Amino acid sequence: MEKTAETLALHIENVTMQFGGVVSVNDLTLDVPQNKIIALIGPNGAGKTTAFNCITGVYQPTNGLIEFMGKPIVRNHPSGRTLKTYKGENAGKYAGESVLSPTPDEITALGIARTFQNIRLWKSMTVFENVLIAKHMRADQNVFSAIFRGNAAEEKRMRDETMELLREQGLDAYKDELATSLPYGLQRRLEIARALATDPKLLLLDEPAAGMNPQETLELADFVREIRDKYKLTVFLIEHHMDLVMNISDYIYVIDFGSEIARGVPEEIQSNERVIEAYLGVSEAE
Amino acid sequence: MKQSNKNVKIFFGILILLLFVILLENISAFIPGLPMVFDPMSPLFTVLKKAAVYSLVAVSMNLLNGFTGLFSLGQAGFMLLGAYTYAILTVPSNMKDQVYYLFGGCAFKFSFVDLFGMIFGSTGVGGAVSMILGCLLAMILAGCVAGFFAFLIGFPVLRLKSDYLAIATLGFAEILRAIFQWQRLGPVTNGANMIKGFPTFSSFNITAPSGAVILRLSTFVPFLITSICVLIIVLLINSSYGRAFKSIRDDEIAAEAMGIALFKHKMLSFVISSFFAGIGGALFAMYVANAQAKAFTSTMTYEILLIVVIGGIGSVSGSILATFLYVACSEWWLRFLDSELYIGSFKVPLLRNGFRMVVFSIVIMVIVLFFSQGIMGSREIDFSGLFKKKTPIKERKQDQ
Repeated sequence: MEKTAETLALHIENVTMQFGGVVSVNDLTLDVPQNKIIALIGPNGAGKTTAFNCITGVYQPTNGLIEFMGKPIVRNHPSGRTLKTYKGENAGKYAGESVLSPTPDEITALGIARTFQNIRLWKSMTVFENVLIAKHMRADQNVFSAIFRGNAAEEKRMRDETMELLREQGLDAYKDELATSLPYGLQRRLEIARALATDPKLLLLDEPAAGMNPQETLELADFVREIRDKYKLTVFLIEHHMDLVMNISDYIYVIDFGSEIARGVPEEIQSNERVIEAYLGVSEAE
Repeated sequence: MKQSNKNVKIFFGILILLLFVILLENISAFIPGLPMVFDPMSPLFTVLKKAAVYSLVAVSMNLLNGFTGLFSLGQAGFMLLGAYTYAILTVPSNMKDQVYYLFGGCAFKFSFVDLFGMIFGSTGVGGAVSMILGCLLAMILAGCVAGFFAFLIGFPVLRLKSDYLAIATLGFAEILRAIFQWQRLGPVTNGANMIKGFPTFSSFNITAPSGAVILRLSTFVPFLITSICVLIIVLLINSSYGRAFKSIRDDEIAAEAMGIALFKHKMLSFVISSFFAGIGGALFAMYVANAQAKAFTSTMTYEILLIVVIGGIGSVSGSILATFLYVACSEWWLRFLDSELYIGSFKVPLLRNGFRMVVFSIVIMVIVLFFSQGIMGSREIDFSGLFKKKTPIKERKQDQ
């Protein structure tokens, strides 16, 4: 596939995340082209969610560069004490460059939205409010205009857009229910709707099919494709469900123990021996 | 629109309440022979005044602890800042030497009331106008000073979570209390002595030149100021920012991932809460008619925290309701437990000085044990059902 700079939504280069002596993500390099659905898979504890957390600013990677739409958004290199204990590669590659470590909200403001592996909806709030709050970031207002209702037009626009989004996602019937009272599948869908409310260009889905039955998983695949086309998104997802991954991904990266072990289109991955080993274990006879 | 309709209703509700307070306060002057309760000196008005002051502080604390999920215990410290700012700026210039006699006068020679007095005159209607403007300005500045200090200590403190934040803010309040009693600062804070002589609630009573009271407004004033402040807090809570605060309380990580700048919003909540705590402190100074650092102990913070918990964390109306009940119980309804009582020759057991606090503590323990959500939980009192005609369910759905 093409990998020219213009078409890349996300470009990750030599990202290493080290916690003390443990290297969670080791020298990860991958590309996510625009308007594609790319999957990151790997066994439990392979470092997939850590990679996501590096992209979204929850963690500051120990080393490496992350570019979004061609612009560097995260950059770091080990220095001082970290450099002495650093176990990864390319320690000096970014040494001369400035450190970029935005907070998660700054990343979201750039246009990267995410969902969580264990659903993190705002529990005391309704479905409607959950989506409405995600609109807060992009609203043109300040605290005084908000208190004295100088932002009435803006508020109305936020509410209308939220209603519109809920309608599109088929959640409008539940809008006044508590978010946590929804069935599991709908909570997942609400979390995606909430992420969409931040107007993202890139959507990161962390195990969207976790806890879903086969029927729901099938629907999810269609749903992800649908929102990709409708909102002109790029989707980057972590998933355990092989059916789903093989079904919807345009390209797959496989990591194990933090390092990449394979990459390719679904057919290649399905027949890749290292991937099968990583997932099923190596038989001792070999 | 439904929302603006509701706001109009709230506005008229407050107006009616305020008129009712004026009426209550003055009724004994017009209708003689009413029960003692309506006498201006009765504990009823002490309770109303104190509860009005405390409810503002409780609501401001609830904004921070209940709606933003920041467990801060610095409320007494911010009240102290507000009380002192108000007191220092409003003690009349000619009283300053007398109040600050130990330190040879005050460092601030002016008084807002006198400054406005130069424009509007210092007697009659002009005097009233200059006092109202002076007090108002001093009160707003009291809030600003408290808010500014909150902004300063917010930088280190708001990076802490839960218990650690509580300890840090509590420490801040205690340090402030010590600093304000420092003799070196005497020309500003009057050291450990109290500042007095500034306008209090009763200064707002309209009096005849002879000194006789024409219209009492001493309970109305705290109600008015508290109403305005609480209204602003409620408007904030129901705004986009209020929702963002609640999202931080519910799940910080999700809030941040959805683009809500954590630090900025926490700071906003902290500063606004402290601003109103500062105004609450100014009102408290007016209520007790003096400003003294000794009064703003951590016990005061706990008292307010208790009110917030009893009323329900995350409920404004709960906080207000709890304040009135709490203050009424501690200042009035349970007073009889403190005095010995004889029925005939039978002495009722246990009733003696201090027994009130025993009963009071037990009541609070029962509430906390069995109603851990408080009186209101996170719900609000809703009077709209009283005014509204019944609408068919279908219509109601579309309405929202």
